[in-house]
Amino acid sequence: MAKELVPLIETTGLTMRFGGVVAVDQVHFRLEESELRCLIGPNGAGKSTFFKCLTGQHRASAGTVKFRGHDITGVSTHEIARLGVGIKTQIPNVFNGLEVHENIRLAAARGGKTGLQIERIVEDVLDRVGIGKLSRSTVAKLAHGQRQLVELAVVLAGEPQVMLLDEPAAGMTNEETERTAAIIKEINRTTALIVVEHDMQFVKMIARKVTVFHQGTILLEAPMAEVLANATVRDIYLGRRIAA
Amino acid sequence: MMERSDRLATAAVVLVLVLMFGLPLYADPFQVMQLTLYVVLSIFALSLAFVWGVGGILCFGQGAFFGLGGYAFAIAAINFGDTTGACALALLVPALAAAALGYFMFYGRLNDVYLGVVTMVFSLIIWKLINSTAGPEWHIGAARLGGFNGIPSIPSLNWPGRPSDQLDPLQIFQVALGLLIVVYVTMKILKSSHYGRVAIAVRENETRAALLGYDVRFVKLLVFTFGGMIAGMAGGLYATYQAFIDPNVFSLEMSAKVLIWVMAGGLSTFLGPIIACIGLQYLALYLAENTVVNSQVVLGGILCVLVLALPSGIIPALQELALWTIARIRIAFRTRSEVALQDGAS
Amino acid sequence: MTFSLVVMIEVLRAVAGLVLISTGLMIIFGMMRVINIAHGEFLMLGGYTVVMAGKAGVNPWIAMLVLAPIVVGLFGVLVERLFIRFFYGRMIDTLLATWGLSLFLMGFVTVVFGNTVTGVSVSLGSVDVGGLRVSGYSFFLIAVAVIILIATYLVLRHTKLGLIARGTMQNPGMAAALKINPSVVYMATFGIGAALTGLAGALLAPITGVVPTMGIAFVAQAFITVIAGGPAIITGTISAASLLGSVSQLTTFATTPVVGDVALLFVAVVLLRILPNGITGKFFRRSI
Repeated sequence: MAKELVPLIETTGLTMRFGGVVAVDQVHFRLEESELRCLIGPNGAGKSTFFKCLTGQHRASAGTVKFRGHDITGVSTHEIARLGVGIKTQIPNVFNGLEVHENIRLAAARGGKTGLQIERIVEDVLDRVGIGKLSRSTVAKLAHGQRQLVELAVVLAGEPQVMLLDEPAAGMTNEETERTAAIIKEINRTTALIVVEHDMQFVKMIARKVTVFHQGTILLEAPMAEVLANATVRDIYLGRRIAA
Repeated sequence: MMERSDRLATAAVVLVLVLMFGLPLYADPFQVMQLTLYVVLSIFALSLAFVWGVGGILCFGQGAFFGLGGYAFAIAAINFGDTTGACALALLVPALAAAALGYFMFYGRLNDVYLGVVTMVFSLIIWKLINSTAGPEWHIGAARLGGFNGIPSIPSLNWPGRPSDQLDPLQIFQVALGLLIVVYVTMKILKSSHYGRVAIAVRENETRAALLGYDVRFVKLLVFTFGGMIAGMAGGLYATYQAFIDPNVFSLEMSAKVLIWVMAGGLSTFLGPIIACIGLQYLALYLAENTVVNSQVVLGGILCVLVLALPSGIIPALQELALWTIARIRIAFRTRSEVALQDGAS
Repeated sequence: MTFSLVVMIEVLRAVAGLVLISTGLMIIFGMMRVINIAHGEFLMLGGYTVVMAGKAGVNPWIAMLVLAPIVVGLFGVLVERLFIRFFYGRMIDTLLATWGLSLFLMGFVTVVFGNTVTGVSVSLGSVDVGGLRVSGYSFFLIAVAVIILIATYLVLRHTKLGLIARGTMQNPGMAAALKINPSVVYMATFGIGAALTGLAGALLAPITGVVPTMGIAFVAQAFITVIAGGPAIITGTISAASLLGSVSQLTTFATTPVVGDVALLFVAVVLLRILPNGITGKFFRRSI
């Protein structure tokens, strides 16, 4: 099978059950190399749960997750990260007591690079995300939007093969949101991304192909324009019942 | 240009080196011997300072490894007739125990309070078991475990490989102090190394550390095992210094003491717990010898006041005080020179 | 047949003992997340209340069942107001502070009462069970434990006080918005937890004797029971106490009390390995 045909990330029949609740229901999903995909859907649709099945934070009840053809279902988070999956969580997970540059350095240092290589990566990432001025600040003291940017930088510094971002624009100012959109588009020139988002303005800035989640399944997978025009999508966001 | 904390550390090490060679020459030998106990307990304090301060692992049973080191040394020394092997075992046995317990806990995803309880229980189990081994049928080779009576007549340290050539108490003091320096410096180096930073990262945010690809369980296991080994070293020194050991080393009180030293000294430093250990131990001794006031009442009272008034610990509070004083002096100085300039200009 | 009946009664007594020393702590730790290292000393104070009341000529039963909980409960309220409340949310500081309190209380009581063991005598005689004698006090302990569990359940589930307490623990901000003062709720909860602990200490005094260090023996077991029990207060206490108490007592019968104690600790450790959040972290999740 030709290398280009193996999807970067693929799930088959992915299901996640919590007690009696089925949060993710038999989801088939494909992400190709260098693709940028947005996952949207109302609250409780299962986007974040699906996301956590990809990152290894949840162990799927049924179905498989594959990364470049390798089965990673049930693999622990740190091993998935080592495969080259960069992950930004819904609530920012950063090292609060450390300074920004130390956070980024820890991400860059994994995988046995030389001191010089690490320094280069740190400077490069600080520049790309535009947080050079915050380099010596302690992360705990930053505003929420700035912490989101720090986390983005931390993920970037790991030089991942694919980036999974859960609500990267949450709590950001307009300026920060625009900057994040620009950064994501720039990242996409070399790296694939999955972005879970609520902020539709932000999604409009970056989206190409969009996957709409509803009640644990994929309702629609289509280019942004088509999704926006779709009446069913509008209905589920407004909470109206839709035909089964 | 060295950072302030590094300058302080170097000064401390130099001072201790001076004491190490100077005291036995000039000070009263009996007092020097007394000091050995403080040195040994300081090493014990450092073991928890590393496990908790760097690794973020709140261990309620660090006394277990201290005790295992002491008992391993005692049993080995009595059986071999030579303390060389005993020294190795004083490090090895606690390290293995810590590795086993650590594996059990960290790979079982035990955290916070639950982990604390398990470590406390571990220590308690050993305490109860050893306490009940008083009869003559309880022995390992030539060494009787002695139960609550303990193990007496533990041989003094001898020069490696020469069992008949034993160190005198002043020399043991120097060995202990030397080891304290080595442990302190090693810990400082480890803390600022890549591995130390990873351990700190794991302490700060396990999720993010895992998301970066670090095996959090393994990191904690390494930190915990290292801490257990150092506690064992202290225990071995304790056994040879006292020439006696009993199950109280495994008691809750022993583990609580070391927790208090680290808390009072401040989790973020290594010097702090050492100073707190020596200070509180000396205080306890002074109270017991010089006053009729119940030492527990005073210790308890001091602790309560400490926590109320100085939440980050004594040493950080003193550091804050020092910084504040320096800043005030600087301001006063600047104001005075500004006034002088103005006077000169007018 | 009679022997197994006696064994069962003794197992129930061991379980009852664990329930008694743990319920107060379960309320304080389980609901408020306060790690009270001085828990053992609250038990001890209950014992000494009985001793002092005895010297004043008060009926020992009244001293145990009425005075001890009231005295220790009020003391708990005092300690909470003057001291504990400054450390809410700061686990390490609470640990240090309550350890200081524990040392202080032990020392203080030693100064006042001395270091020797004082006996408390209450006689309930012994009951004849098919030719074997079982202490009447065992039945008494079992009965009290059951009553306490039922009473606590009823209060938490069916009274306004219980509802307020549970609500405040889950969301103090919301409680404040509903014009409930979280501060008062914390004070009352801590006081009730202390009262139950004082009661337990008083009830155990005739068995163990009263000495300043009597708390130490119980602290570890109480914490282990509470942690192994998990988040649910009643179900957690019952399940953990039953499991640990049975294992401990049965092992003691088979071997020695020391091995029985060790067995309890060992089982607790294994339990936490399998169920890191305690029994009710996985089973009976929605119960009180």
